Amino acid sequence: MIKISLLFLPILIPFIASIIIKALGGNKKLRELTIIVAPFVTLLSVIKLYSLDYGVKLVLFEIMPNLEIAFSIEPLGLLFATIISVLWIIASLYSIGYMNAHKEPRQDNFFFFFTIAITIAIATSLADNLFTLFIFYELLTISTYPLVTHKADPESKKSGRIYLIILLGSSLLLFLPALIYTYYLTNDLTFISGGIFTDAYANGDIGNLGIGLLLALFIFGVAKAAIMPLHSWLPAAMVAPTPVSALLHAVAVVKVGVFTIIKIIIYIFGTELLFKTSSTEWLIYLSGFTIITASIIALKQDNLKRLLAYSTISQLSYIIIGVAMINSSAIVGSILHLTAHATSKITLFFAAGIIYTSTGFTRISQMRGIGHKMKLTMICFTVGSLSMIGIPMFGGFVSKWYIVSGALSISNWFVISVITISTLLNTAYFIPIIYKSFSQGQSAVSYKKVPNSMLLATIASACLTVIIFLFPEFFIEVAKNVI
Amino acid sequence: MQFEHLPATQILIPLIGAILILVSRKNIVIWATASLLTLLTFINSILLYKQVSVDGVISYAMGGWEPPIGIEYRIDSVNSILIVLVSFMALLAAVYARKSVEVEIVAEKRPVFYAMYLLCLTGLLGILATGDAFNAFVFLEISSLATYVMIAMGKDKRSLIASYQYLIMGTIGATFYVIGIGLIFIMTGSLNLNDISEQINSMNTIRPILASLAFITVGISLKLALFPLHSWLPNAYAYAPSVATAFLASTATKVAVYLLIRYFFDVYGYNIVFEDYWLSMLLIILSIAAMIGASLVAIFQNNIKKMFAYSSIAQMGYITLGIAIANHSGLVGSLVHIINHALIKGTIFMAIGCFVMKLNSTTIEDFSGIGKKMPLTMTAFTIASLSLIGIPGTVGFISKWYIITGAIEKGWWWLVISIALSSLLALIYVGRIIEIAWFQESKTKENTVTLSREMIGVTLIASITTLYFGLNTELTVDLAKIAADSLLPGILR
Repeated sequence: MIKISLLFLPILIPFIASIIIKALGGNKKLRELTIIVAPFVTLLSVIKLYSLDYGVKLVLFEIMPNLEIAFSIEPLGLLFATIISVLWIIASLYSIGYMNAHKEPRQDNFFFFFTIAITIAIATSLADNLFTLFIFYELLTISTYPLVTHKADPESKKSGRIYLIILLGSSLLLFLPALIYTYYLTNDLTFISGGIFTDAYANGDIGNLGIGLLLALFIFGVAKAAIMPLHSWLPAAMVAPTPVSALLHAVAVVKVGVFTIIKIIIYIFGTELLFKTSSTEWLIYLSGFTIITASIIALKQDNLKRLLAYSTISQLSYIIIGVAMINSSAIVGSILHLTAHATSKITLFFAAGIIYTSTGFTRISQMRGIGHKMKLTMICFTVGSLSMIGIPMFGGFVSKWYIVSGALSISNWFVISVITISTLLNTAYFIPIIYKSFSQGQSAVSYKKVPNSMLLATIASACLTVIIFLFPEFFIEVAKNVI
Repeated sequence: MQFEHLPATQILIPLIGAILILVSRKNIVIWATASLLTLLTFINSILLYKQVSVDGVISYAMGGWEPPIGIEYRIDSVNSILIVLVSFMALLAAVYARKSVEVEIVAEKRPVFYAMYLLCLTGLLGILATGDAFNAFVFLEISSLATYVMIAMGKDKRSLIASYQYLIMGTIGATFYVIGIGLIFIMTGSLNLNDISEQINSMNTIRPILASLAFITVGISLKLALFPLHSWLPNAYAYAPSVATAFLASTATKVAVYLLIRYFFDVYGYNIVFEDYWLSMLLIILSIAAMIGASLVAIFQNNIKKMFAYSSIAQMGYITLGIAIANHSGLVGSLVHIINHALIKGTIFMAIGCFVMKLNSTTIEDFSGIGKKMPLTMTAFTIASLSLIGIPGTVGFISKWYIITGAIEKGWWWLVISIALSSLLALIYVGRIIEIAWFQESKTKENTVTLSREMIGVTLIASITTLYFGLNTELTVDLAKIAADSLLPGILR
């Protein structure tokens, strides 16, 4: 019993932290202490989970027969929880510096919702069934809405509206009906390796077409994965303060989206069934389309954060395309990319935030020559960019390697060409930024001092990107456990 | 523990209370009396519910006159839970009333208001408890007349027109209902619902019976504000005193729906009502029109009370939709949604009552920044709003789940889409308020009135129940399933 309740700790700790933050109100010192300590304790509690057996299950509520809010651990979820809590440590460090440097108002509110969002993201990672995952998926949208509208100006309010309507709308219109239909067919929503449709398919309750349509409902219903045409909430959400964009819109929120899709494909449908019915073919084309289109749009962006947002959309589809190929090597690549993209993208966002804090620049055209004064920041930015492009020495290379070798092994030339073109496009939009920032002839600007904690956090996340390249065995092991 | 007369006392406590309350004129005394009486009613309802769950159906002969000649009170799994619900909402609203009534109603009218409140409660409980068709009509009129008076007491002069509108519409509805009963009486010679049911099922379905079904359906539909018979509702809710709105929105239409369910599934029976496709199809189309149409209208309202009045019409659409789907899941969804919507709308209108008292305005723009000034009340409002959309974890999610399952079982995918679409529309109108209230700086000057603690407390309690029932479905779904089992013929269980 004690062992089972361990499962609940990674959710409980951040939740308690959020309440403490709210209760402390204006007390800044204690609040910052809580913000720093809480992620460490959470990470410890997550690490503790590795000692438990897979399949240990904690039921909180049974809402309907066979439909419960329950948590359990399985390799992928555990990995995801680890990523979130590690990056949360770094992001906390960064946020404190950022919020103070900008003298943002209502910080207690900001950190309260921030911590709540983390709580919910961790809860999704430990969900035992799709129903629980769905509940926390929805709650995540709601809890991040106040963060998007934090500035409370007309623009952020408009973005908040887009954010809510696309995310909640798609999940209510598509995800929920798909969920209910699945439950109606199988009377079960538990994540089981091999999927839950085996009986229903064998009995003929659902045919090939049905499986394909249901998958489509799920894929489009999970708009957090930002697959086109349901991607527009992500650039809109960039009005939020940079720490939010970094942790939530590059890591927690969008990763919950792809995480949900991976879970649905592997544990609800089962790779075997999808392979047999070849229902994922269209998904390969759609995510390929998203990869290329989003990269082309990114090419035209001048606002750095928007560029990063479109790059995120493109990279998320890498993860989806890998899973959609239903090939063990490609799936390993996808799971690796979940991690690699998280660390690289958070580095890029952190760097963008530092540039903004120091110079007030948000547009790439303004950034000529800033690399001379902000060497460390731009080096970290370069690390993130190279990882995104997929250069060896950085995490992004390993994941791409696995995805491409998966595509090669089933000779899927479409995927190979998509990835090649996209790599070129990535290079085309990242390298000019780096080049420009280190070139001569800068516009006269005054550089404000940036809090050390921000710099430290950025360097830490850049280091993680390299570490993933150097020691990918751990992640590969987890990924292999999943399949 | 056995109390033989519980079904009678259930009605008598508020009825006698309504007269008692006229004795005093001091606001605090009347309020305390009313709260105490509703508390007693509530306790009575729980005892009654316990008794039913142990002994099964209770048949109580009023005054010792045996049915079918005398009036029978018949409490079973369907109405016992609704009696608890109505008594609970009445208790909440009564506790809430003190300050609100003080502000909104002039001193000399207050005792009458409370008397009408209790009388209305009497009527609603009577409709639920009685097993007699004509007695139900009498109670329907008692509750309606009391409602007209309550609505007319609103601060705004337009409340008189609203009340008059409702009076006309309500009377038409009641007349239709009585004509229906008349036809039944001619055909069967009985007014006892149980007896009628047996007789109808043993004779061939002939035209007068179908005609009576049509009259009764239309009559009740007017009372439950089924689209397009809803026109009385928005004004009535918008201009009535806050307490009255909160109480009526959470109970009156639900009781009417109960009556419809009773007639459809018990008196006429599934076979007569749903054998022919047309009635179920008609109901489905009207329900969808309500769910989508009324939600669309709600989006464009500027008066917050009217917005949620239209939302009520939309939500009634869900309930009638579940009835029209007429399978087990659909009916369970409907029954759960009756409970849900009572809690949700109770919370929302009580919260609105608090805001309106503070702001002295019902215009949505004036609600800017209210979240910071009244965080507790606004939190309660937000929780109820999320439940209205059907966000998982709230009670609104559960009923939608069942109604959608019901539609899927029938293979009606277009219904599933309409339900989801209507939730999306709810998101839009609710989101508008939430955005203004939480994320806009305040522009309006507020009153100096201080809200009483019990107002906020009761509102919060109501909102917490919506969360509680969202996670613990024992009291809602399990009971609704038992009720649906007793209502549906064997093949559909």
